[in-house]
Amino acid sequence: MSAPNKSYDPVEVEALKPEEIERMRDEALAAFAAADSLDALHEAKVAHTGPASPLALANREIGALPPHAKAEAGKRVGTARGAVNKALAARQAELEAERDARVLVEEAVDVSLPYDRVPAGARHPLTTLSERIEDIFVAMGYEVAEGPQVEAEWFNFDALNIGPDHPARGEADTFFVQGPEGGTESGTVLRTHTSPVQIRSMLDRELPVYVICPGVVYRTDELDATHTPVFRQVELLAVDEGLTMADLKGTLDHMVQSLFGEGMKTRLRPNFFPFTEPSAEMDMLCYVCKGESVGNPDRPCRTCSSEGWIELGGCGMVNPRVLTACGIDPEKYSGFAFGFGIERMLMFRHNVEDMRDMVEGDVRFTRPFGMEI
Amino acid sequence: MRVPLSWLREYVDLPATETGRDVQAKLISAGLEVETVEQLGADLKGPLVVGQVLTIEELEGFKKPIRFCTVDVGQANGTGEPQEIVCGARNFAVGDKVVVVLPGATLPGGFSIAARKTYGKVSHGMICSSDELGMGDDGAHGIIVLPPETEVGKDAIELLELVDEVLDIAVTANRGDCLSIRGVARETAIAYGLPLRDPALIDVPAPNAFGYPVKVSDPFGCDRFTARTVTGLSPEARSPIWLQRRLQKVGMRPISLAVDITNYVMMELGQPLHAYDRTLVQGTIGVRRAEEGEKLVTLDGVERTLHAEDLVITDERGPIGLAGVMGGANTEIADHEETEDGVNGTTDVVIEAAHFDPVSVARTGRRHKLLTEASRRFERGVDPQAAAAAAQRTVDLLVLLAGGTAEAGVTEVIAPSAPHTITIPADHPDKVAGVDYGRETVVRRLQQVGCDVYGQDELIVTVPSWRPDLADPNDLAEEVIRLEGYENLPSTLPRPPAGRGLTHRQRLHRRVGRALAGAGYVEAPNYPFVSEQVFDQLGLDADDPARRAVKLVNPLSDEEPALRTTLLPGLLGALRRNAGRGSHDLALFETGLVFHPREEQRVAGHLPVDRRPSDEEIAALNAALPEQPRHVAVVLAGAREQSGWWGKGRPADWADAVEAARAVAREAGTELVVRKGQYGPWHPGRCAELVVVADGTERVVGHAGELHPRVVKALGLPERTCAAELDLDALEAAGDGVPRAPRISAFPVATQDVALVVDQFVPHADVEAALREGAGELLESIRLFDVYENAEQLGDGKKSLAYALRFRAGDRTLTVDEASAARDAAVALAGERTGAVLRG
Repeated sequence: MSAPNKSYDPVEVEALKPEEIERMRDEALAAFAAADSLDALHEAKVAHTGPASPLALANREIGALPPHAKAEAGKRVGTARGAVNKALAARQAELEAERDARVLVEEAVDVSLPYDRVPAGARHPLTTLSERIEDIFVAMGYEVAEGPQVEAEWFNFDALNIGPDHPARGEADTFFVQGPEGGTESGTVLRTHTSPVQIRSMLDRELPVYVICPGVVYRTDELDATHTPVFRQVELLAVDEGLTMADLKGTLDHMVQSLFGEGMKTRLRPNFFPFTEPSAEMDMLCYVCKGESVGNPDRPCRTCSSEGWIELGGCGMVNPRVLTACGIDPEKYSGFAFGFGIERMLMFRHNVEDMRDMVEGDVRFTRPFGMEI
Repeated sequence: MRVPLSWLREYVDLPATETGRDVQAKLISAGLEVETVEQLGADLKGPLVVGQVLTIEELEGFKKPIRFCTVDVGQANGTGEPQEIVCGARNFAVGDKVVVVLPGATLPGGFSIAARKTYGKVSHGMICSSDELGMGDDGAHGIIVLPPETEVGKDAIELLELVDEVLDIAVTANRGDCLSIRGVARETAIAYGLPLRDPALIDVPAPNAFGYPVKVSDPFGCDRFTARTVTGLSPEARSPIWLQRRLQKVGMRPISLAVDITNYVMMELGQPLHAYDRTLVQGTIGVRRAEEGEKLVTLDGVERTLHAEDLVITDERGPIGLAGVMGGANTEIADHEETEDGVNGTTDVVIEAAHFDPVSVARTGRRHKLLTEASRRFERGVDPQAAAAAAQRTVDLLVLLAGGTAEAGVTEVIAPSAPHTITIPADHPDKVAGVDYGRETVVRRLQQVGCDVYGQDELIVTVPSWRPDLADPNDLAEEVIRLEGYENLPSTLPRPPAGRGLTHRQRLHRRVGRALAGAGYVEAPNYPFVSEQVFDQLGLDADDPARRAVKLVNPLSDEEPALRTTLLPGLLGALRRNAGRGSHDLALFETGLVFHPREEQRVAGHLPVDRRPSDEEIAALNAALPEQPRHVAVVLAGAREQSGWWGKGRPADWADAVEAARAVAREAGTELVVRKGQYGPWHPGRCAELVVVADGTERVVGHAGELHPRVVKALGLPERTCAAELDLDALEAAGDGVPRAPRISAFPVATQDVALVVDQFVPHADVEAALREGAGELLESIRLFDVYENAEQLGDGKKSLAYALRFRAGDRTLTVDEASAARDAAVALAGERTGAVLRG
């Protein structure tokens, strides 16, 4: 900074004249406006706002003015510098935006490109459908119970009121397991249903028992479009004081509503199973046509063959003899149970036409089902 | 059970407008599973008439013999002139009465009849076979020859009862009574609220001392035996059309009059009957258990060696029938047969209508693999009270249709028994159903099914003889509830106590599936059936425990009699199948049980069912079961990463398989020790042994890596197929449960990289373990970031392992000296343990 001018004459300070300040400001503004790149702007910035710029030099002269003139000159220079800085910032922003726009355009990619570097895996729909059903009941307070697949005949038959001479025992299409030294008698079979898990649950658990028993079961059917010797079931068992068939019906209704939506319901038809009495066959309202295809040839329904109902499986009140075999007092407790095949439900819920698709492990079949269904 | 609606209507006055479908709906709702309603003659249209063959001209010069006939059809053709018809069948003669379809008619299957030129003649219609009329099997496979007395010109649609509806009912194992028209008629009557004309309610003469002698030595096996004798049967007598037609409609083949009558009465009343040729039975008919090894040739011509538990019918010589299952050939009634000695055939018969123990019949049937219409009924329960009526009905029909004479003697051997009664609280059905039926309804419904009911609050219920399945209180409840309508049950929800959700194990199974699917694996569950050769193909040692497999007595295929001991055979099969179908970049997984026989194999015993088995008894059953751990396996082939616009792809390799195993272990909350292994199916140089350490003990839980080229070849797999298999149960057991949160330091990290040169065969895992230990507690993490082999730079048989070590303290910023000191300590220990030297 220059030394104070003792013998000053404001008129002689040429650089602080208003028209000079204006000129400096206007030159700066023009230079910024003319700068067509960030580099050019930088040059203009140095020239017009740097320490050697006219306005900076002019600012220096203020100190030489007499006190009464300092304020006015300072204000004049300050205003001009403010306008210049503002214009610089605006132009800077403008040019940066232009640059960004250009670079980002250059960096653009084809976002429609695929990225199947590691194609997605999937869980089998039989697994996930079974879990879906389990979850419905787990949410109600049921627990999931499991058991062995090679099972003692007592668990698979006798305890379920299917004695050695019961006609149903011969009709069960059972795989028998070899005994010691390859003998035919082992007293064990590949379980023909998950009902032995019900027995194990009644023996192992404290009353009341509310369990859901999913699992693989076996019957001596050849594989074809509608049969498979290895399939999956879900069974449910509830044993408590005062359970009724109405409770069974309500539980079934709840399940089909959870799986197929509001307004769904089930229908019971009398049937016979040794392990339940009374027993019933259970159907659910066809979730596609809601029964409207019945007697309506113009609107046939492939899902239910225009029957209006889809057969689900069997159910009933646990036979008191079964409770007795598990040490439960049938005078005090009653129970209900149901069971059905997951394969069948997958077929009608997801339009699977051939059972073989579900057992062959073809990745083209399984992939679309993803992680959950 | 096939039930013609026309037959049903004989016992229940159904409204005329009621169709088979209507009856089906009613019966289904009452609990009979009517699977189909067959519409017989639905598209049949006359004229179809009785004709008499007037002339037959044999036409020559065709590939098969052809006849040109004239047939008198009365006025049915409008002219009364003989009808000219060409016919290819030969089982008729001039004068025979036949069924003629005239032009303008339509036969079943929409086959329209018109006059047409054939074999050089014009045929004005057809002479019909039973096939063409949709009548079912008559055993003749020729055209129908009607009885001579049939009237010419008569409408054959009506005569042959060609239009009818047949309900096909899948009768459940408890409802033996519905294996008869009588039983189904009773259900129909109840369903419609109409009275039943019970065909078993007929006059039966009282038993007397003059009947055929019968001695029942086993009154438990046979609690009732009725014998009646009919003599003087005309051997020429044939079953009338109505009888044949009814048998055909219920699915039986007419055979001979006497046999047809016994079958007919069985279908009508549900009582199996047997007719013995009286002249072939010697002396008293007996019922006893067989002597072990006794022989009997049954009606099917098979010689059977009898078991001491088999109940048999005997005469003086020995067995003449397997009680309730099948008669013997030695007393078989013979059909009309013309021989050189004249006309032969049975003229005198003894009719047996007996009641046998269901269990005894079932066991005999099973032992001899003989399932008959009779055994099916006895097994499921036959009305013992209907035996006498059934015998009477048979006698009546033999007299009526075969011109026989009923002998006055009536034999009845009956073991005294009390009717079965059940006591139930009157509100028991209400409690089972959850519906307030009230006593009055309960009593009325029970009476409807044939029960006698006494009492007020406690009902004493005597069940009818034809419902042996009604044994327990709940059986009676079911009768009430089904007749009140299952469809009228309300819908209520029970309130289970709060549950604990999925178990740790169940959540793990789901997590493993999700983790593998998330890593690109597709789940492929497989059958557990394997061949024993597969163990050779997998290269298992002769003494490998995985060769010990559980085997089935009756496998679906003799090729695959064993249950898997490893998931690999099934999963590799799925891989091969996918590859065969053109999918080549494959990553599959499966979780499932494998089966290992116990060291000491036992037979699972039969426990009682009238009480809870003891804990010891349950343990004994469980000890007879094979070990059934849950395994998880993955297999890979082709590209693990596809090539694409991002660059090159990468083939699946051993490391992917090991990483899948690690991923599974992470889900289980445990860390695998991965070390060089050697096991049958895997490439000896590319096999990882997977180990968990729990409570200080190591346990091998599986293997992973690339498969052995020999295994790849033997199983026809894609080259360099990789696989991993783990015992998921063992992993679960090793998991450490609840993870503990680490302390997170906000002080800066100090990073130090080291490159160590070691011998080629020193495993990285050993080097890392030494570095980790040597670095001490300041080490936050360590990561191998490069493996480098270069003989020129490193020397032969050496490799360089480059690690990034990150140090951090919880309470201060580390100095460079502190970090370097820790690094030096790490390198020093690695040098000491593995011979590693810092790469210069």
